[in-house]
Amino acid sequence: MIEVEDLWKRFGTKQAVAGVSFAAQDGQITGLLGPNGAGKTTTLRMLYTLMQPDRGSVRVDGIDAAARPMDVRRRLGALPDARGLYKRLSVRENVEYFARLHGMDRAQATARCTALLQELQMMELADRRTEGFSQGERVKTAIARALVHDPRNVVLDEPANGLDVMATRSLRETLRKLRAQGRCVLMSTHIMQEVVALCDRIVIIAHGRVVADGTPDALREQAQQSNLEEAFMRIIGAAELEGGT
Amino acid sequence: MRAMLIVLGKECIESLRDRRVLLNVLVLGPLLTPMLLLLLMHLIVGREIEKAERPLPVIVVGAQNAPNLVETLRQSGMDPRPAIDDPEAAVRAQRADLVLRIPQRFGEDWRAGRPAQVELIFDSSRQELRGEVQRLQSMIEAYAARTGSLRLLARGLAPSLVNPIVVADRDQATPQARGALLLNMLPYFLILTALIGGMWLAIDATAGERERQSLEPLLVNPVERASVLMGKWLATALFSMASLLLGLFAFLAVGRLLPSDDPGLGLSIGPRFVLVALPVMVPLVLLITMAQVWVASFAKSFREAQTYLGLAQLVPLIPSILLMAVPLRPQLWMSAIPLFSQQITILHLLRGEVVSPLAIAIGAAVSLVAAAGIFWLTLRLYRSERVAISS
Repeated sequence: MIEVEDLWKRFGTKQAVAGVSFAAQDGQITGLLGPNGAGKTTTLRMLYTLMQPDRGSVRVDGIDAAARPMDVRRRLGALPDARGLYKRLSVRENVEYFARLHGMDRAQATARCTALLQELQMMELADRRTEGFSQGERVKTAIARALVHDPRNVVLDEPANGLDVMATRSLRETLRKLRAQGRCVLMSTHIMQEVVALCDRIVIIAHGRVVADGTPDALREQAQQSNLEEAFMRIIGAAELEGGT
Repeated sequence: MRAMLIVLGKECIESLRDRRVLLNVLVLGPLLTPMLLLLLMHLIVGREIEKAERPLPVIVVGAQNAPNLVETLRQSGMDPRPAIDDPEAAVRAQRADLVLRIPQRFGEDWRAGRPAQVELIFDSSRQELRGEVQRLQSMIEAYAARTGSLRLLARGLAPSLVNPIVVADRDQATPQARGALLLNMLPYFLILTALIGGMWLAIDATAGERERQSLEPLLVNPVERASVLMGKWLATALFSMASLLLGLFAFLAVGRLLPSDDPGLGLSIGPRFVLVALPVMVPLVLLITMAQVWVASFAKSFREAQTYLGLAQLVPLIPSILLMAVPLRPQLWMSAIPLFSQQITILHLLRGEVVSPLAIAIGAAVSLVAAAGIFWLTLRLYRSERVAISS
């Protein structure tokens, strides 16, 4: 479970995040939805402890991220916006590197990596070097890398970016599987279809603020629209009027 | 510590699969420099020998005034060239190098036993002609001394009477020292080898990792950033050392190839050189690789880092040029300057001189402290939020 309370972050003159609060529950996929530049990536970066919030707190399974960042990282699998791989290493070596950085010994890392790649149906890729991989193969590998320590909480920044139809389908399957395993899944996206297809709960962010938070049904009701996309547009539009210039 | 080793191992494996790194570490760094050096030395030595034995072309004005003198000089190696007009102007304009003018009254003075004058016209600011001027002067002086002795003998006097003092040259520069004058550049070449050996990895592990967007995922792992940085640094140092080691062995091989009877080139490139040079260089390698990692960490892209580090390769040239231009007498405080200290020690080693363990220790200590300082600076950079963000 991930709890975010009143997060603030400023870069120079730009207030990137201005008081974001929400909670992502175990066994659910929570979608962080918002237009580009709304502060999603910055929020997530503070969540997986890459950045320190100016104000506010992040708790993962009840552990405060500012006080015990290492413990939070152990409980969190992160797929950052930057998902570069080591192209001269094979998929297996890429994943095992992170396994070992998570404290596994060589044998444990190998065993865990094999199990994970089997689960993600990536065994045929396992011993190929990642140079020249397709976008879909790269994201798959990066997800495997993020899951290597079997984290209870999984945070993904725009996981579907640049994926084709097939790869998107397989990604959705993977995320549903993670939910079925009872994990807390939090993903950011600016694509409406993603949240519709996947999310149990949607947090809409605009101008660094949470402008709506609820189940898809609740949001439709709130905006008095039957179509979620229309609801989204209305909510964002309202936020533009309030928070904008 | 454990995480540091894991990072170190991964950087090494990845680099061993990089053909550019291997080319630099195994070939370019260690082989190019001794080869270059060998070429340089043979050129210089070859030219010196050639200069000493080649006929010396001299424009002779008024040769008819002293046919015996000219003939004797010709036998000692002078190549008399036809006279020209206004030799002073010609020398000034560098149309002529060296002119010997024999005045008309030479014969008259000679026969009368008066000092007969000849004039050498040359430009002393032209360094490259100094050897030739000296050669001609000593040829003339030898002829004059011989004639003087004969005249004294003819009058029943011992020629030694006119030489109350004899100066004997006892040049204390050992043959090694004279050879090392050419080789003031050699320590630079060694340091360059270490620089080339570490450069690619330093860039790849920092700016490269950032550019390929793998730094952010890496830093999300539950690992201290100090361990990550340390791993990257030591991997760089390891490759740099490998390059240097290969370079030293290549030197050893080149040392054996050198003809030992070359004048003044009896350099001590032997096992002792390698055995002492290695511990001298290790702290320096740690320092320069740390500096490379630091500089490359500032760059946003691989290319940018390459530009910075390319320029940084010139920094160790400064002590070399200083040592060549200003023949400094090595003093202990100089050992406290990294690069300078090691270059001096390497030079001493090459000359086959005793090297002071204290100087080596001071050099090593200062280098290590400097490396630790730069590590701290780089760590601060790595702990900042912006380092991981590639976009």
